[in-house]
Amino acid sequence: MTLKNRNLWLIAPAVTLIGVCFLYPVLWLLQRSVSEPVWGLQNYETVFGKAVYVGVLWNTASIAGATTLLCALIGFPVAYSMVHSRPWIRKLLIFVVLIPFWTSILVRSFAWLVILQRGGIINDLLIGIGLIAQPLDLVYNRFGVLLGMVQILLPFMVFPLFSVMARIDGSFFKAATNLGANPLRAFFRVYLPLTMPGLATGAMLVFIISLGYFITPEMLGGRGDTMIAQLIFQRIDEFGDWPLASALAIVLLVGTGLLFIVINSIFKLRGGRS
Amino acid sequence: MFYSAKFWGGLRGVINALLVVYMLAPLVIVLVISFSSALFLTFPPPGLSLQWYDKMFSNPTWSRSLITTLKIMVPAAAIATILGTAAALALSRMQSKWALFIRGVLMAPLIIPVIITAAAIFGVFRIWGLYGNLQGLILAHVILTLPYVLSTVSANLVMFDKRLEDAAANCGAPPWTTFRRITLPLISPSVLSGMLFAMVISFDELVVSLFLSTPRVRPVTVQMWSNIKGDTDPTIAAIATVLFLFSLIALLADGVARRKSGRAAGL
Repeated sequence: MTLKNRNLWLIAPAVTLIGVCFLYPVLWLLQRSVSEPVWGLQNYETVFGKAVYVGVLWNTASIAGATTLLCALIGFPVAYSMVHSRPWIRKLLIFVVLIPFWTSILVRSFAWLVILQRGGIINDLLIGIGLIAQPLDLVYNRFGVLLGMVQILLPFMVFPLFSVMARIDGSFFKAATNLGANPLRAFFRVYLPLTMPGLATGAMLVFIISLGYFITPEMLGGRGDTMIAQLIFQRIDEFGDWPLASALAIVLLVGTGLLFIVINSIFKLRGGRS
Repeated sequence: MFYSAKFWGGLRGVINALLVVYMLAPLVIVLVISFSSALFLTFPPPGLSLQWYDKMFSNPTWSRSLITTLKIMVPAAAIATILGTAAALALSRMQSKWALFIRGVLMAPLIIPVIITAAAIFGVFRIWGLYGNLQGLILAHVILTLPYVLSTVSANLVMFDKRLEDAAANCGAPPWTTFRRITLPLISPSVLSGMLFAMVISFDELVVSLFLSTPRVRPVTVQMWSNIKGDTDPTIAAIATVLFLFSLIALLADGVARRKSGRAAGL
């Protein structure tokens, strides 16, 4: 048996399995989206034409955008603090960010529900100390969705930022301030540009992963927070509406794919110039 | 003020503390509530008891779903580990452009949104009679977990010195012996990591299982999902704690394996 043959035998089972049980089903989905009820793009016209569906697409983009922004705003100081803390604190912080990373999204969303719901811990506490009379609506709305999603996606922002910040030479910042720049100016003109690769990688990861989110918005969101993944589930589970669900799935697939390619190529251009 | 080291040190402390609270408080609260003696999800609990764990194991719905989860996880993780390791070995030896393409295809289930995988698999598996039974769920979980094994083992193989295999072959060892005596012992920590990864992903998996399971064959995450949508009692907190502890133990086991093999901790 030649070496090439041996490799073929090693790889064949995995490729066959993924081909038959993954690639074929995705192609099947693509076919249903353009062939029913008749061949054509009518399902895509519905997705981009009807106000209900456009609303969901908008929800998806705006929730993903807000999650990305919040992750950046929270992740930046966190990563900075990690880099500049004593080693044992840094180890602890990495552990603190990694534990939830390994915990199921279902468990974490459930935990938020326990804390935030009307009879939940925060409302009980606030009513108990007499700060509010009526329970606050902390969940089943946009606030709940963002709180849950940011907690889950924060590691994807923190770790790229951390690895970039750890390599930044602190003397650049000192040089800028010694030359007369105030700390704010030195931060925006010197430090922030140096962290850009990490920030951009983190933002891309968080945004693209957010687009397909299902469990957190379904558990912590309200009627106005339906994202595209929830709509796909609803169309199949409640209505058996495969043509439209397939079209939505393909829109999500192509959307995330295009975004990935576009952002990647922008990076390569930037990297080439500098 | 901005120039004083004390100010920045204090600010870092505040940021660190807020991070710990935000990331861990929800989990800790669920953990504590699962030992509550109260009938509702109150915090802090009025007293401690193991009643919800008792209920979890004695209630046939929960115990059956836990067993279903194990019946899916064990074969799925085993198959994914074998196929993923084999694929990683083959890809590390392939030079052609095809290797990159094949790697991309095998990693795809990890990269594309899981809802798409779930809808696609459900649509086709229903036609093939793989809906509502263990075979379908196992197969789906293999597809979802294989990329984790592939990437973990591949990362290790980058550092693997292929001359060791050549040396064994030159000394007359047949391929299988070389693999068993040289290659496998050297890459086994990463194979173990990959398998642990696969087990955690399978144990926690919800979205694909939601499509493929029926009330008769229902893993614990799907059972939990349908109960959260109804009325909740601390049994769910106990289930959540079991799920959480499973991940934690796997993470620690992985840490031990990595320390022994001298690889960096983390992702």
